[in-house]
Amino acid sequence: MKAKTVDKIATSVIVVLALFIVVLLLGLLGFILIRGIGQINWHFLTSAPQLLKGGGGIGPQLFNSIFLLVLTLIITIPLGWGGGIYMAEYAKPGRITSFIRLVVEVLSSFPSIVIGLFGLLLIVNTFGLGFSLLSGAMALAIFNLPLMVRTTEQAFRAVPKEQKEAGLALGLSKWKIITSILLPVALPSLITGTILASGRIFGEAAALMFTAGMSSPPLDFTDWNPTSPRSPINPLRPAETLAVHIWKVNSEGIGPDSKEIAAGASAVLVLLVLAFNLSARWIGRVVYRRMTASK
Amino acid sequence: MNNKLKSRRPLREKHYWEEWTGRIYTSICVVFLIVVMFSIVYFVASKGLSTFFQDGVSLSEFLSGKTWNPAGEPAAYGALPFITGSFITTFLAALIASPLSLCAALFMTEIVPGKGKKILQPAIELLSGIPSVVYGFIGLSVIVPLLRSIFGGAGVGIAAGCLVLSVMILPTVTSIMADALSALPKGLRESSYALGATRWQTIYRVIIPTVLPALLTGIVLGMARAFGEALAVQMVIGNAPHVPTSLLESASTLTSVITLSMGNTTMGSVHNNALWSMALVLLVMTFVFVILVRLLERRNRV
Repeated sequence: MKAKTVDKIATSVIVVLALFIVVLLLGLLGFILIRGIGQINWHFLTSAPQLLKGGGGIGPQLFNSIFLLVLTLIITIPLGWGGGIYMAEYAKPGRITSFIRLVVEVLSSFPSIVIGLFGLLLIVNTFGLGFSLLSGAMALAIFNLPLMVRTTEQAFRAVPKEQKEAGLALGLSKWKIITSILLPVALPSLITGTILASGRIFGEAAALMFTAGMSSPPLDFTDWNPTSPRSPINPLRPAETLAVHIWKVNSEGIGPDSKEIAAGASAVLVLLVLAFNLSARWIGRVVYRRMTASK
Repeated sequence: MNNKLKSRRPLREKHYWEEWTGRIYTSICVVFLIVVMFSIVYFVASKGLSTFFQDGVSLSEFLSGKTWNPAGEPAAYGALPFITGSFITTFLAALIASPLSLCAALFMTEIVPGKGKKILQPAIELLSGIPSVVYGFIGLSVIVPLLRSIFGGAGVGIAAGCLVLSVMILPTVTSIMADALSALPKGLRESSYALGATRWQTIYRVIIPTVLPALLTGIVLGMARAFGEALAVQMVIGNAPHVPTSLLESASTLTSVITLSMGNTTMGSVHNNALWSMALVLLVMTFVFVILVRLLERRNRV
């Protein structure tokens, strides 16, 4: 066969398969949204799930997911940003630094179920926190930290060298340079990275089944005392998140409308993750405009 | 005036403190990461190894035993069905996803650079953002009925599991491959075209051999993700504790059996410890994948 013919065939195969991926994505999104969006209404989003009857909602699960995300970010942001700053600014090339890199790489490749099991063993049982929001947040923090460290390091490395040199020329200390010169410049990409990571936290389920638990106590949304067991903001109560709920409904749902519930909850989850992705870009741009003089 | 001067700390001392708060704070963050990694390894290993040292299950029985019957008399703790299930689904998923990913990456970098990237990049990012339980839900409501209507039987099984997994690892593999291809120096392509080679000849003879280690890195990372994925697989694979003999037969993976049984066993029982041993297998495989990636990266640099 002529080389030109082969070239044409190969090119068309590549184009067809690449477009197949786009079609696949559109099909997946279309399927989730078409199946699920009809289920979403105010009642579905706010009411509690029903075990045996139909007509249950996902209110507590949605609240748990958001609350868990906030708790996780409270733990991960200081640790992850700190670790990333160390890697970008303090670490000198050598044995120790490459060892830390290896640790981050290994930590980020651990399957989430292994991290969940570790959480079950250490946080839930040994520390005695039980199946709780706090245990879940800690497990998710482990899951999320390596990613955070990596994006922070990249964000700091991307800051132009001149900015740092200007700080040094002014006679500032290194920490002062980091916090008042580099951090504002790196902030837009830090925020974008953090929001993207949040999307991942939001959809994570395997690590949560063994730490945050697979049930939610009946919540009383008028009780804002953080120590009361029915209070929604009590960090020591068990909490089933949206993703765990989808899993549970699919694998052991016995209600008559479990298929519909799963479809609706999946659509909510995907819409929220999409919202995270879009807002990450948008907020990153806005912050960048605020922090720098560019338009 | 005098008072004001006195209360001001000397600049040098202030610098000293600032310097050390930064250094100590960031070091603590890094030390925390190291401690977490080692404690994960320690706790999972100590639990997983107690199956062999305390409960007297032999390692060969665990790794090669074909019957899993922890409630039986005598109880059998053969994890081979789950180990084979995990490996088969992972390899098949990589087999399906790799050519697709390679085509997508080539499309983005070689065929229509610029425009192709604009179409595919967001698609890939969105695919990677879809949570795994949603993939499981789609698998359960689309792939399983589809397989059932085409091939008959239950529809759940290895085939459904690896189809779901292959879509899940597609973004990981594609983005690494695309990065590798776009990092390639331009001169390489141009000299090949200058010799009169067609685009496909350039891709096939020049580009792919040059970036092969990086392409393989992408595949290995995808496999690592597939091997550890729990819930999506568990939903569609059927969870029967047998060594699978056909792709359409219900089977189990290490992750799916841990997901299902961990909550129903009491801590410290032999059954529970055997599940921890499976988690240890997952952990060991993670290290194997990391080592493979490192070896490939080393080849890439030379």
